[in-house]
Amino acid sequence: MSVEASAVPRAGLPELSAVHWRQRADESTLRRAGRRWTLCTAAHVFPLVATAAVLAALNPLTIPVGLILLAHAWAIPELYAARGAKVLRRPGAQDAHAEAVALGLLGDLLDHEGRDFLTRTGLVLEQGALGVWLLAPSGALLVTPGARRVHCYCVGVSDASLPPSDRTAHLLLALREDEAGLATVANLAFAGAPWRLRRRLRGSARAGLDEAVGAGRGG
Amino acid sequence: MSRLLRMDQTGHTVIAEWTAEDAQSTQAARLAFQEQLDQGCFAVVSEGPGRAQQVRELPLDEPVVILRRPIAGG
Repeated sequence: MSVEASAVPRAGLPELSAVHWRQRADESTLRRAGRRWTLCTAAHVFPLVATAAVLAALNPLTIPVGLILLAHAWAIPELYAARGAKVLRRPGAQDAHAEAVALGLLGDLLDHEGRDFLTRTGLVLEQGALGVWLLAPSGALLVTPGARRVHCYCVGVSDASLPPSDRTAHLLLALREDEAGLATVANLAFAGAPWRLRRRLRGSARAGLDEAVGAGRGG
Repeated sequence: MSRLLRMDQTGHTVIAEWTAEDAQSTQAARLAFQEQLDQGCFAVVSEGPGRAQQVRELPLDEPVVILRRPIAGG
């Protein structure tokens, strides 16, 4: 039997049935989600900054209170960015042998450049129609075209006993099956400018983001 | 020789191997394939760079069929 004969019609990921109320992701839904995220952040930050300014104008003695408010205004976007950075975390393998086997399978799914990137960063870089994806064991990051915004998604297979590379392979296969479906199923953890996320990443994950942003800019 | 792989806690496990000309091995592979689907796995075949396809029947001419588990937002 050929793949054509046995294939499921391309209706999307089967997991979509669990989130049937969500609109299927596309460029416009991503754009809206990004704007909503920016508005939400501004709605948190602006009242704090405005209150600090008004207090200082009314009575300079309240400046210490205003500084506390400004610290909150600074911390809230940073906390959001930290939440986004968590999607690229790579948990340690519980079983080194199993992880080596899983890594071999994941490598088989990639081309030479992809394997090289995986070796350097521990992440998978995949070009999609919606942008450039970075895949990790418990999440995915999408750099939209132009690289002015990144979307961080919490998504993964729920079985924690799977080796990290197998968990990444699950996301890679799902992405290749139905990119928009993956973006629909996943939960948005952060959307914003790449530089805000970059400050919260360390080492290889930061290098991975830099390459993804470069690819998103067409570089 | 074609292989049916399941990603699991060991990295991956070969669930079945078959050759299209061997009726006995294909029958065994089909049964194993259906059993895994009944347990909630999804079967995927790679279609080259950047593409994969979910299948509900065992494609006998594919060298590798991979079984994955459902994903969900975290």
